[in-house]
Amino acid sequence: MPSYETHEYDVVVVGAGGAGLRAAIEASARGARTALICKSLLGKAHTVMAEGGIAAALANVDTRDQWQVHFRDTIKGGKFLNQWRMAQLHAQEAAERVLELEQWGAVFDRTKDGRILQRNFGGHTYPRLAHVGDRTGLEMIRTLQDRGVHQGIDVHMECTIRRILKDGDRVGGCFGYHRETGRFVVFRAKAVVLATGGIGRCWAISSNSWEYTGDGHAMALWAGAELIDMEFVQFHPTGMVWPLSVQGTLITEGVRGEGGVLVNREGRRFMFERIPELYRGEFAETEEEATRWVQAVIAGRRPDARRPPELLTRDVVARAIRREVREGRGSPHGGVLLDIASRRTPEEIKRKLPSMYQQFKELADVDITREPMEVGPTCHYMMGGVRVDPDTQESTVRGLFAAGEVAGGLHGANRLGGNSLSDLLVFGRRAGQFAAESAQRNASVAQVDPDQIDQVVRESLAPFERTDGENPYALHEELRSTMHNLVGIVRTEEELHAALGKLQQFRQRSARIKVGGNIQYNPGWHLALDLKNMLDVSEAVTRAALQRKESRGAHTRDDFADSDARWAKLNLIVRQGTDGIEVSPRPLPEMPPELKKLLEEGEHG
Amino acid sequence: MAETMTLEIHRGDTAGGELVSYTVPSTPGMVVLDAVHFVQAHHAPDLAVRWNCKAGRCGSCGAEVNGKPRLMCMDRVDKYPAGEPITIRPMKTFPVIKDLVSDVSWNFEVNKKIPAFKPRNDRPPRFSQEEADRVQEFRKCIECFLCQNVCHVLRDHQRKEEFGGPRFFVRVAALEMHPLDDGNRTGLLKQDLGIGFCNITKCCTEVCPESIHITDNAIIPLKERVVDEFYDPIKKLFRILMPQSRPEAGD
Amino acid sequence: MMAEAVLANRRGGLGRTERRDLWWAGPLATALGLGGFVVYATFRALYNTDFRVVPPDSAYILSPFYSPLIVLPWLPPWVSPAILILWAPGGFRLTCYYYRKAYYRAFFLDPPACAVGEARGHDYRGETRLFLFQNLHRYFLYLALIFLVILSIDVVYACIWPADGGKTFGISVGTLVLGTNVTLLTLYTFSCHSLRHLVGGNVDCFSCVAMGQLRHGLWKNVSLLNKHHMFWAWTSLFMVAFADFYVWMIASGRFTDLRIL
Repeated sequence: MPSYETHEYDVVVVGAGGAGLRAAIEASARGARTALICKSLLGKAHTVMAEGGIAAALANVDTRDQWQVHFRDTIKGGKFLNQWRMAQLHAQEAAERVLELEQWGAVFDRTKDGRILQRNFGGHTYPRLAHVGDRTGLEMIRTLQDRGVHQGIDVHMECTIRRILKDGDRVGGCFGYHRETGRFVVFRAKAVVLATGGIGRCWAISSNSWEYTGDGHAMALWAGAELIDMEFVQFHPTGMVWPLSVQGTLITEGVRGEGGVLVNREGRRFMFERIPELYRGEFAETEEEATRWVQAVIAGRRPDARRPPELLTRDVVARAIRREVREGRGSPHGGVLLDIASRRTPEEIKRKLPSMYQQFKELADVDITREPMEVGPTCHYMMGGVRVDPDTQESTVRGLFAAGEVAGGLHGANRLGGNSLSDLLVFGRRAGQFAAESAQRNASVAQVDPDQIDQVVRESLAPFERTDGENPYALHEELRSTMHNLVGIVRTEEELHAALGKLQQFRQRSARIKVGGNIQYNPGWHLALDLKNMLDVSEAVTRAALQRKESRGAHTRDDFADSDARWAKLNLIVRQGTDGIEVSPRPLPEMPPELKKLLEEGEHG
Repeated sequence: MAETMTLEIHRGDTAGGELVSYTVPSTPGMVVLDAVHFVQAHHAPDLAVRWNCKAGRCGSCGAEVNGKPRLMCMDRVDKYPAGEPITIRPMKTFPVIKDLVSDVSWNFEVNKKIPAFKPRNDRPPRFSQEEADRVQEFRKCIECFLCQNVCHVLRDHQRKEEFGGPRFFVRVAALEMHPLDDGNRTGLLKQDLGIGFCNITKCCTEVCPESIHITDNAIIPLKERVVDEFYDPIKKLFRILMPQSRPEAGD
Repeated sequence: MMAEAVLANRRGGLGRTERRDLWWAGPLATALGLGGFVVYATFRALYNTDFRVVPPDSAYILSPFYSPLIVLPWLPPWVSPAILILWAPGGFRLTCYYYRKAYYRAFFLDPPACAVGEARGHDYRGETRLFLFQNLHRYFLYLALIFLVILSIDVVYACIWPADGGKTFGISVGTLVLGTNVTLLTLYTFSCHSLRHLVGGNVDCFSCVAMGQLRHGLWKNVSLLNKHHMFWAWTSLFMVAFADFYVWMIASGRFTDLRIL
């Protein structure tokens, strides 16, 4: 049996994006010996790709904003499936977290009176997103990284965690390997925080990087934790569609926040026809009104018009775009047109959307200050994740915490843009705090049964032992196109069943994967191991999608096209049963009357 | 039949390496990283390469393409002459780990030497967009380390003990010129980061994928600050005569 | 199998590179330009004649190489008035942040171009030790600013033409040459990195210091010029040599200065 190195910590944070960094900073500040483990180099995590901003009711631009409105927007955007307590904590604490970031050196764009500027975004009633041009995520991760440097956190870079180790029914640590050397490593820990992000690499057209293979989702499942809301996968309405090599690359919602409009091949702004019942009366109904709103926003006035329908929530916009394309009104390469050139001056565009400008100019030969962009939906974010206690972020396994995208519950059936960066900060901090406290309550480091380790070592090395077998890249491509075609934006019973069948075949084939080369920095091997996570996560999504026989938020069923009031009160819980993945409905926790009242006020106000 | 092209990719590790040729079909809009991914998927599953966002935002995929430091994800293959092979090597300045991956851990060690942001608490955190602009340019840095790679002080002279490199001058500039920061890192620049080793030959600026004017906007202004504090006799005299005007000593 | 082995070669050494473009063209052009100027300027500084035209045949037109004109008769003849003053603008350019880049690359080959190897074995110290003199740049800037005033006065003199025993305002090609020269020198001097630092670059928080708005404004304007510092460096260098050449030509009678106004 190959040897492995062992480390001992109070708290091990798996994942070094916004949530992981924030959790590690908090745990360390509270005196816990803390390790931060990242799959890539530090600072390269997916958070750097977040563009638009951090949602927080600072009320710097519109003084009417307050946490209650943010709470209401979040719940409404999530189509009432959110865990109310998470949505409440998130709305209440986001502003504090953003100001804290500023005290740590972040330089947000400014208002005229020198405060943090906020921009409009889909589903937010008021301009609410603190931002830095279109590179807010980079600002956030660098600020946290620089804060963390002096915090005494041990950072283990390019280290992939493969398994949560248990000590009886509580967490005992985790097992992984160093990508560079292939050497195995065991972290013994009193508490583990999962901050591994999402699962987007299971879909063919995706804005996510290679890292997003559902590691945390899968490991939590294997460790006996519950997942929630796994049927809700967000497709961002605006990804690049051309050229093929950049298909899926994200175009920030900030383009629409800055006044950009969506038009179809016929030049019509189709979003006016797609305002759903839930938002009836809240959006502009004529182009004239929408233009008036944009002009007021540009001038820094409080608008006397309603906002353009391009700023509807992502689920609505993505479906509308898909429909235009399906019905033959799409752009030449199968998207629709997003036009900012006719709305803002070239200087403004370059200033507020510099990365978008550069990205299109260099990769697509399109000058967005003169021409429209071709856009289409791209798999972007996982609403579902580890079911956690709203206050502590602890999962149903003692000592196992989760924060950020890997945790479920805050966003319900659909996440509002800007709510993920605030999610990372608010719940990253909470996870770090309560993981440190949990570790402090346990005097001794947990004992880990060596059999657990032997088993995962054997499993990890198996692909090297086969002399003949499948290519992991080819299998991954098949998985991605299967999920894209059968478990995409719009789903049917038949297709979901077909997907399950395919997944079953892939599972058998994945057991025959062969990798060449040696154990050092071998991406083929890494992918072969990640496929196990992706297959389980894909199955969890598919099974949950099959059970939810209605359309809600990001989950759209062609065979159950309407929302069903009975389903509005149920979350789907995914568990690892003895015969595989099990899905069961569970009633939502009852919302306290004062919060219910907030929602009702919104309905009539 | 699609058109094809030839890539020559460095394969090997600390023990030694060689260029290996691969044939790859070219598609419209293809970037060098796409071609490398094709090789991975079809010819060499164990080909080591770092990448993440594939949109020029994370700075993971730095390498030397036909001898020039580039982000592979932003480097279109159609700008290279057709019919000639495209040669891809890892960054030269750092020890190679395997294939296109090099060991950049030294950079993370340098970063630890830089004292953190120290907010001044004598006034509310308000400043104008114009003041933010100067610092925001530096904060665009995606830490691809191409500037560190091309800088001859590191690349040819291996002054890793005495010199911090352009990336960290950019980082110090972002802190020093931050309207709310109260620290002073001039001594650090002169001593530990060895800013005097920089002879402002601007290769860092030439390769920066974020178009940060590293030399003109970060390094030279910092050099001027070092002159203020250490080499300007009149300023020194002033400081002796009027000790209260002395900038606060380092953290 | 598509793979076929080609030897990788990553040794260092002068001029060694994997670049395939004409990387040597830039440093070569710089070396020729700067070298040509230094040769010409040295020759003209030692030449010590034909550096001005004087009334009554013309306005007073003085070569910028010889301005301000300091005549010390007791000096040996090779120490011309130009030698007495040229160290100041010369020092300004020698310590200029742009020229440093240019000559470190073109003459010191340190490095010759980006990602191109350097001669091995030399003990590189950058701008430490001996090269600490570069930090005097700001003092040369102060002198350069004085020179701008002097050269501007020269332009005024070049506008005063003799007329019937009196004086009249006039402009010749010579006047324009001197005027263009001082304009380009002003743009070069006002785009200086040290000046940029001095007028506002040294301020971190413009809204916390006295005259912050003004200093920010100055800093911003100098920054705008500074973006093109290299351009001003070359055009003013060419122009100052041309101005001297023009004066030489009219003073030696080879050309006649054309009066325009």
